[in-house]
Amino acid sequence: MAKYICKRIIMAIVVLLLIASLTFLLMNLVPGGPFLSEKAPSQAVLDALNAKYGLDQPLHIQLKNYMVNALHGDFGVSLKMQKNRPVTDIIIEMFPVSLRVGIVAVIVAVICGVPMGCIAAYYRGGKMDSFLRVVMTLGISIPGFVVATLLLIFFGVKLHWLPTMGLNGWTSYIMPAFTLAFYPMCYLGRLSRSSMLDAINQDYIRTARAKGVKGKAIIFKHALRNALIPVVTYLGPLTAGIVTGGFVAETVFCIPGLGRYFVQSVLNRDYPIIMATTIFLAALVILMNLVVDILYKVIDPRIDITKGGEH
Amino acid sequence: MENNEKKLIEVKDLKVSFFTPAGEVKAVGGISYEMGYSEVMGIVGESGSGKSVEAYTIIGLLASPGKVVGGEILFEGKNLLEYDKKQMEDFRGREVSMIFQNPMTCLNPVYTIGNQLMEALLCHDKSIGREEARNRAIEMLTLVGINNPDKRIKQYPHELSGGMRQRVMIAMGLICHPKLLIADEPTTALDVTIQAQILELMKDIQKKTQMSIIFITHNLGVVAEICDKVSVMYAGKIVEQGNVNDIFYNPSHPYTKGLLRSMPRVDETIYERLIPIEGSPVDMLNPPEGCGFGARCEHCMKICLRKQPPTVELGNGHRAACWLLATKEKEGN
Amino acid sequence: MTEATKDLKKMLSLQPDWDRLPDPNFEFLPDDFELASDEAKENFIEKAPPVTYWQDAVRRFKQNTVAMFALGLLIVIILFAFVGPLFFENDYTTMVRGQENLGMSLKHPFGTDKFGRDLMLRTMYGSRISLLVGICASAIVLVIGTIYGSISGFVGGRVDDIMMRIVELIYSIPEVLVVLLISITIKIPIQNWCNSSDSSLAHSVAQTGPSLIAIFIAFGLLYWVTMSRIIRGQVLMLKQQEYVTAARALGAGSKRIVKRHLWPNCIGQIIVTTAMQIPSAIFLESFLSFLGIGVAAPMTSLGSMASDALGGIYTYPYRLIIPAIILSLLILSLNLVGDGLRDALDPRLKK
Repeated sequence: MAKYICKRIIMAIVVLLLIASLTFLLMNLVPGGPFLSEKAPSQAVLDALNAKYGLDQPLHIQLKNYMVNALHGDFGVSLKMQKNRPVTDIIIEMFPVSLRVGIVAVIVAVICGVPMGCIAAYYRGGKMDSFLRVVMTLGISIPGFVVATLLLIFFGVKLHWLPTMGLNGWTSYIMPAFTLAFYPMCYLGRLSRSSMLDAINQDYIRTARAKGVKGKAIIFKHALRNALIPVVTYLGPLTAGIVTGGFVAETVFCIPGLGRYFVQSVLNRDYPIIMATTIFLAALVILMNLVVDILYKVIDPRIDITKGGEH
Repeated sequence: MENNEKKLIEVKDLKVSFFTPAGEVKAVGGISYEMGYSEVMGIVGESGSGKSVEAYTIIGLLASPGKVVGGEILFEGKNLLEYDKKQMEDFRGREVSMIFQNPMTCLNPVYTIGNQLMEALLCHDKSIGREEARNRAIEMLTLVGINNPDKRIKQYPHELSGGMRQRVMIAMGLICHPKLLIADEPTTALDVTIQAQILELMKDIQKKTQMSIIFITHNLGVVAEICDKVSVMYAGKIVEQGNVNDIFYNPSHPYTKGLLRSMPRVDETIYERLIPIEGSPVDMLNPPEGCGFGARCEHCMKICLRKQPPTVELGNGHRAACWLLATKEKEGN
Repeated sequence: MTEATKDLKKMLSLQPDWDRLPDPNFEFLPDDFELASDEAKENFIEKAPPVTYWQDAVRRFKQNTVAMFALGLLIVIILFAFVGPLFFENDYTTMVRGQENLGMSLKHPFGTDKFGRDLMLRTMYGSRISLLVGICASAIVLVIGTIYGSISGFVGGRVDDIMMRIVELIYSIPEVLVVLLISITIKIPIQNWCNSSDSSLAHSVAQTGPSLIAIFIAFGLLYWVTMSRIIRGQVLMLKQQEYVTAARALGAGSKRIVKRHLWPNCIGQIIVTTAMQIPSAIFLESFLSFLGIGVAAPMTSLGSMASDALGGIYTYPYRLIIPAIILSLLILSLNLVGDGLRDALDPRLKK
């Protein structure tokens, strides 16, 4: 078990380093560096700026410097959006907003998605199953921005039921959280359904039925716990989905979170922010994947004994 | 002996079909038998002969697209096919229980042995406390020959060997003291030495508890070991049934004869070749009109391909379905 | 007299024993108790017509009404995207003066935008882009994933170990972030390259647009891992089958075994996985376009149309709703067809 966790942590660090370097190198692909904008500054100004930010040094030195600084929590300063404000500051300010919406969305997705899949599996082949399958397939087919804009048009613009922008009061959480939760919810539903069906067809379910266990107890006691094992593994990608979904939802509903800020910095080419945010969000996703992988080993009693913590 | 007069279970002309997209598969095509109390009956047949389907029907575990299309199953005089879902749930495990072929996959991996044993008890009788259920579970584990039952009860299935798990399965089947145990090839997936142990155990327990067992197998050796009566199934029909001596020493149906010839015997001193049964079973999707075994039978007559043979009473409960038995030699020959 | 002739003699002299028959009215034919010929026995077992894997799969797909309906819908959208524009005189870039911001009418069923471009025509082109992106991206995944997976599974040992480590590594990279990053950064280099080069490749790249190239690069870098894992699993399983051993014993080389025995057996899985890639690529493209980093103007896609319409959402909501609905229908039908294919091709479900 300890060996497995060590292996996973090392892997996570490698991936993070890889992403950080990739981000850095890609940013340096842009000719002229970050200061080349529509109005080209004079060569003297450019040189001064490059010297100030250490951009005149060789690439690998720059990379090393960036990494060392990043480890100290220093990701440089914003170049355009909020001039000279440290990027770390901005992330600390923006991220909690995104986090609040994200957590609501995760809760909604899990609370609605898993039961939906279980109900569909319980009534497999029936009308309820067909209905839920259509809903869930629809859910994974509608892009987040479609959900967001349709909600905006109907509940915000036409009906005036819900506020269309900002985060003031709980009603303003409904649409963004639903936008974020919709896809993962339906995906979780489909996943739970298929893993539930898988579990229902196992021999131990037949054993339980032969013992005379009641239908509902079979589903909730015997099948669910086994079916949840693959579902837990989706929680890692779910975070990634919610993080990237945040770009759309926060843009459409004008929420001052990290996602919207990231999109804006992309459009404004504020490179330090883009780099820092990418690395930060990647670290978040990788961390979640790590937690989920370890959790997975904890839930399933079979793993550590029979396989000695190996894959 | 008095008990033997009464019948525990009576199956009358049971027909089970599977409705697949390709058509109706008549897995069980009208079988009848009866069993008394504390009797052990073997059901023998090759894979696909319908022996497991028949057993699943008794305990009500027939899965879709399987359906009973005719006949009745009387358990102590009551027709099981008329039970509703709730009655059936209560019936399973209490009156009849079942153990399966593969003990490796038949126990739920995420619950302890004790939890699963106690569940079998608690779901039928809410009045039993957890403490008592635990004691009963330990008692049962001792009965099936598991050492340190109070420790084992806290273990997960993956911590036990295959033979151990089958013992746990048997303990689970017995915990409510059912009148009938259905064992669906309980030894097939085990090593030969473990097989012998499990058989010995089942024989032993049967003597102690006086319950009836339906023993489904394709292994005639196992049948000789444990059974009082035997039904031989072929292509969804019982081709021959009788007590163990009749079947082994006086087989009447060509299929039974073939089975016995294809089985090695230790009691014969002279070297004898094993003779396989040629050919393969009929397609159950379009079963032909005549005898299912016809095409593989060396004595096959024209009538056999045209009409289902009648079941002929040979005395003392020994019956077989074959045209050869429904004929006599012409007089004067 | 031998045993056999005795048997035969006995057989020929048989007749029904009425005492033992339940139905005394049954009419016997005179030759009923003669031995049946081998030929009669052979004919007795009606052989069901052999059904190949593919015939069976097609039959199951046809029985799946939802999948058939989705297939119909998909065909309609494909016709809309590829045949539809033929009925218009104008190009999707043509701006007609004096026809700006028209509402829905017979001439312009979806209206026109603020430059006077027909929106129905633009929707058609947008759907075309979405479909092409989906197909190209999944083709990339198909090629890379299949080759990588079969090498990894077939060679095995240390090579397999290392290759699977790489796959695991790629698995834990958050893809969308990388796609975003690539599409932001390669835009300018690609544009510069296109401007400086006169080759036809540069021209076509310029037309495709850097962000689409970025999507393809991202698919080539990241999205093939699922496919390669599936293929590897299949290859590992099939490698141990007897017929492969037999082929090897007959002297077939590795290349031949992979081509003749392994790929044909993986084909079902390959088709299903590829089909499932198409909607995810379309999803990704529309996401990028919506954020404003997608296809380059004047080209359009369903995502960028929705993005363009976001500004006028209060006055012209239908400009957003129409491409959004078509996009959703497209992805939905692809998903449903993919589900149907999976159900039809999965041999485990074979009855």
